[in-house]
Amino acid sequence: MPKNENNELNNTPTKNNALKKNQTKERTSKEGSKREILVVKDLKKYFPMGSAWIEKNKSYVKAVDGVSFSITEGKTLGVVGESGCGKTTLGRTILRLYSITGGSVMYDGIDIRQLSRRELTKLRPKIQIIFQDPYSSLSPRMTIGEIIGEAVREHKIVPPEEFRDYIASVMESCGLPSYYYSRYPHEFSGGQRQRVCIARALALKPDLIVCDEPVSALDVSIQAQIINLLVELQKKFGITYIFISHDLSVVEYISDEIMVMYLGSVVEQGYREHIFDNPMHPYTEALLSAIPIPDPEAKKTRIILEGDIPSPANPPKGCKFHTRCSKCMEICKTVNPVFKEYEEGHGVACHLYPQE
Amino acid sequence: MMKIKERLDKRKARNKELNKHYISSKDIKQTAKENHKIIRAMERKNNRRNVPEEEYLTTMRDPDNIVEFDDLHAFFYTDSGVVKAVDGVSFDIPKKCIVGVVGESGCGKSVTSLALMKLLQSPQGQIHSGSIRYAAKDGKCYDIANVPKIDMNKIRGKEMSMIFQEPMTSLNPVFRIGNQLDEILFLHFPGITKEEAKEKSIAMLTLVNIAMPDKIYSAYPHELSGGMRQRVVIAMALSCDPNLIIADEPTTALDVTIQAQILDLLRDIKLKINGSIMLITHDLGVIAEMADYVVVMYAGRIIEKGTAKEIFKKPMHPYTVGLQKSIPALNLNAETLYTIPGNVPNPINLPDYCYFKDRCNKKFDKCDGPYPKLSNVSESHKVACHLFTEMSEEFAKIKAGGKNAKK
Repeated sequence: MPKNENNELNNTPTKNNALKKNQTKERTSKEGSKREILVVKDLKKYFPMGSAWIEKNKSYVKAVDGVSFSITEGKTLGVVGESGCGKTTLGRTILRLYSITGGSVMYDGIDIRQLSRRELTKLRPKIQIIFQDPYSSLSPRMTIGEIIGEAVREHKIVPPEEFRDYIASVMESCGLPSYYYSRYPHEFSGGQRQRVCIARALALKPDLIVCDEPVSALDVSIQAQIINLLVELQKKFGITYIFISHDLSVVEYISDEIMVMYLGSVVEQGYREHIFDNPMHPYTEALLSAIPIPDPEAKKTRIILEGDIPSPANPPKGCKFHTRCSKCMEICKTVNPVFKEYEEGHGVACHLYPQE
Repeated sequence: MMKIKERLDKRKARNKELNKHYISSKDIKQTAKENHKIIRAMERKNNRRNVPEEEYLTTMRDPDNIVEFDDLHAFFYTDSGVVKAVDGVSFDIPKKCIVGVVGESGCGKSVTSLALMKLLQSPQGQIHSGSIRYAAKDGKCYDIANVPKIDMNKIRGKEMSMIFQEPMTSLNPVFRIGNQLDEILFLHFPGITKEEAKEKSIAMLTLVNIAMPDKIYSAYPHELSGGMRQRVVIAMALSCDPNLIIADEPTTALDVTIQAQILDLLRDIKLKINGSIMLITHDLGVIAEMADYVVVMYAGRIIEKGTAKEIFKKPMHPYTVGLQKSIPALNLNAETLYTIPGNVPNPINLPDYCYFKDRCNKKFDKCDGPYPKLSNVSESHKVACHLFTEMSEEFAKIKAGGKNAKK
């Protein structure tokens, strides 16, 4: 089993192990078996609040509170939720852009939490991120070529003499003409900037890309172009995506699996068909019914959630959703439901379904 | 010597081709000077005081309409050229209806609404020509394009009000919610006491379904969530019982669940105030749910308009069709989403043929001709595209024939 091998390697992650790991990866992909590229177990990220030096009374914002999932290679996991539910924090914690408070993130058998700074830098090309706002995530003082090439040069992805050709080829695969090399970000529209961001991530030949709301700042027609590009690149290079978005219709289109988050924890997870055809959690039902359908004749019963998402600094007791739930019971106010699988690959955390 | 000169000439020619849109500082100075003249004349007209009312009173073409845009041109006089943000737009907002305006960013939908409120970024933003007729509550009819700035203050807020996209930036962070709500009442109802104003403000907050309005009244904007802030902005817009509400992307910055709440509230409020809403958004889903009439804009012009049913069930212009095809929700089974290639043309150097031609998948030789006219294809459905000239001619014949037959 390749997985066990990886676990063994995990105990002493060194430079050599990374090489060995790559060999095992090639082997497994040749066999065509489904390989879990990222396994996240009980991940926690707490942000301290108030004066940090009075240790005893320290309180926390529990942005991500016990999230577990795994992704198969070449698939897309969609993460949905309202703003403030911790989906962006989750994406950044996986990359260790935020330090991990608890739990583990296993990338290909390597525990990201245990890595030293140097080892983490070695791993960086494998996991990349595309940020939400293409206007603020590109340095205005660097040309497009420099932006895309900076990390390529740093990680020595290609020999220096092939550098320019390589950048041009990456740009072309993202739909950017290669003569844009020496232009500056301000000369481009939002859609083209987002292409630059994608090219920057893609230039490092990553296995996993965390897409943090890549299309929410774009127009509808440009949005479709970017989604098509992402899907096309996935087919071509077999990249795995974690696609974070609040737009359910985009997530439905692009994802294989979907995870619904509420106040830092997962309320429902399953394959796309499960979530959209048979939503089990009341929150998922409400989210789905809230999507506006571009058809004036479509009539549907809408579940409108009352109020706002509660503050993650002071979440409600029991089930976190009970304050807005239409099917709230007595037990919901005291006991936090356990996440349980009810079908193959379809789990939910709700008291409506038998907990034992 | 010759060689160097040749080389220099070559380089010059190449640079010229590369920098087609390059403007020299001399040109910039020239245009700035010309613009300054035009802007000053317009501003002078705008800043007049004690203008007799007769000068800007007109009559509506159709008494059932609340607003009529008639060939509106709103330009921005920038140093690098005139940006024709709105270039000949005409449509009506009937009473007690929701009219949706859709388009990509930069198509002029926001500028149209700002022209209606006379809130264009002055001095460079000006209504160049055309008229906006508005039917007030007391039966008068104003031509907004000619109303001077001072007199506009009486109309703005009381007769029509606006809900902006970003609720955080449209509330002042250093004043309490209550202060900001009362301010409008003090302006429009001189002589109102503080207690009365507070009572009215709290009533408004209750109207928009805010729990504990007393508490919110004395809160600061940063203490509220995005949805609550948007509710406060809506309450503010409603406090003088306007006839018309302009909602400029009211839900774009909000979550889906909060968006559903706000849209429900808007629908509710339309019934309560018995007025009209002009809804501006780029989300076709929101438009389909809310609007009775839809106007589709592209590069400052209307390319298609009609009832919501016509636009969504029988879209005609290739742009409208493309927009609907590129929504993921409707095309789940499609292998790849349909995309409209390319980008919106540069608003300073617009071509003289159809603006959409370079991105269109149905272009033919006729498209090189002049910009197509907006013509009827049915009673309420209008399209500006060369593909449908025959259809519109036929419709015109039938209509004319019908009229003659009646006579």
